[in-house]
Amino acid sequence: MPFDSSASTSLLVGTRKGLFVLSCDERDGPWATSEPHHLGHVMQHVVADAREDGVVLAATRTGHLGPTVLRSSDLGATWTEASTPPAFRTGDRLERAVDAVFWLTPGHVDEPGVWYAGATPQGLFRSADHGDSWSSVDGWNDHALWETWAEYPYEGTPDGAMLHSINVDPRDRNHLYIALSSGGVFESVDGGADWRPLNQGVFAEFLPDPDAEFGHDPHCVRIHPAMPDRLYQQNHCGMYRLDRPGERWTRIGDNMPPEIGDIGFPVELHPRDPDTAWVFPMDGTDVWPRTSPDGRPAAYVTRDAGESWQRQDTGLPERGWLTVKRQAMTTDDADPVGVYFGTTGGEVWASADEGESWRCLARHLPEIFSVETVAPRHDPR
Amino acid sequence: MKVRIPTPLRSYTAGASEVDADGVTLAALLDDLDRRFPGLRFRVVDEQGRLRQHMRIFVNRAMEHGLDDPLTPTDEVVLMQALSGG
Repeated sequence: MPFDSSASTSLLVGTRKGLFVLSCDERDGPWATSEPHHLGHVMQHVVADAREDGVVLAATRTGHLGPTVLRSSDLGATWTEASTPPAFRTGDRLERAVDAVFWLTPGHVDEPGVWYAGATPQGLFRSADHGDSWSSVDGWNDHALWETWAEYPYEGTPDGAMLHSINVDPRDRNHLYIALSSGGVFESVDGGADWRPLNQGVFAEFLPDPDAEFGHDPHCVRIHPAMPDRLYQQNHCGMYRLDRPGERWTRIGDNMPPEIGDIGFPVELHPRDPDTAWVFPMDGTDVWPRTSPDGRPAAYVTRDAGESWQRQDTGLPERGWLTVKRQAMTTDDADPVGVYFGTTGGEVWASADEGESWRCLARHLPEIFSVETVAPRHDPR
Repeated sequence: MKVRIPTPLRSYTAGASEVDADGVTLAALLDDLDRRFPGLRFRVVDEQGRLRQHMRIFVNRAMEHGLDDPLTPTDEVVLMQALSGG
C-alpha cells in the first residue's frame, strides 16, 4: 500500500516486523495505519529525505538475511534495494562485516543524494547517489584509533555495539558528529577524514577514569538545526548540553526531579527554539528495567535549555511500563510542534500541542524501533 | 546445476524456488547467482566471504562449511535458512 502523500502528516514507524505508516489530514483528527510494508523484515530506521520529495530510505535486515538499505522515491509505492549496501571493504584488516545498518542520516542540503549510515559493528558509510551505492568512510573505519575507540571485537552493548546519531552541521557539510554505543561522541571537521573524541564532562559510571576521553555511552545526540553550535545528548549516564565552541558538556539532567532521574534513550528538539527539548525518562536504577520510572510514563520538556524540566503526562496511562528506544521519538515542523513516540510494546503516541496532551494513535504493532515524520521537519540551513 | 532457493530469497528470483547457476566452487556459484539475481549474494554471504550466521548451504544433502570446496555440474545445491529466533 503506498503512503498517503496528500496527508498533512505521516509517520514512518519502523518495527521489528516491518514498516507501518500512520497518516492524518489534521493532527488532532483521525489517523490511519497502513498495512505493513515488508512484513517480517526488521525495519531498524526508516527516514524521509527533507531535501527530496517522496524519498524514503530504510535500514533493514531479516532474521536470516544480511543487512541492506531499501529506497523508495515515491513515498513507498515501490522500493528498490541498494545495489551496493553498506559494507566494510573486502579484505578488511580486521575482517569486519556489517551485521546491521542501524542509523540513517540525510547529508547536507547542498549535497543532494548524500546519505550517511551507521552500523553494527561501529562503521560509518556514505552514499553519494541517493542511497543506491554505499562506500566506507575510511577516515573513520580505518582510523588508527578505531579499535581503541570502538567496541570490537567484543560488543558489550545489547544487540551489538552501534554507531548512531550522525549529525551534519547545517552550516558546514564537512563538520560531522557521530556517537558510539558505547564509545562516546566524536567530531570531524574535514568531512570524516579525521576524528576526535568530544566527551569532556560526561559521566560514565562504568569507566574507572572519571575523566576518560572516550568509552562513554551516548544514547542519542542531536544538533539543533537553528543553532548548530548547540548539541543535546541523552546518555546512559545523564542528560547533557554542549554549546560550541565549548568542549565540556553540562549535565542538564541534574535539574530533573531526583525521583525520576535523567536516564533515557531519546532526546528530541524543537525545530525552531534551541532552548526546547523533550526526553522520555526511563528507570536506570537497580538492574536497569529501562521502563517508565515507577511505572508512571511521562515525557519531560525543557524550555530553558535544561535549566528546568516540566512533566508532560496528560493523556498517558496512569500506570504503564513503557520503553522508548533512541530512534522512536521525534517532532514535526508544525506550530505548535507535534511530538511523537513509539514503544517497544507497539504503541504510537502523539501530541499536537508540544507535549501538553497525548493520545494513542496505534496499538498492537510489533516492537517499535523508530518513528520519523515524512514532512520536511525544518529548513536545514 | 540446480539450486534450491529458500523463501526469504525468492524476492530475488521472481518467486522461483529452484534456479540454474554455474560454478566450480560454492563461492563461484554464489557469484553466478548474484549475476543472475543481483543482490542475492550479499544477503547470504558477508563482505569477507563468510556465510551469514543464520544461513546454511547443503550440497548433495550434506551441510557445507566452506565456500571453496569444488562442485560438479550434477551436484544438488540447497540454500536454506537456519533457525534465527522470533
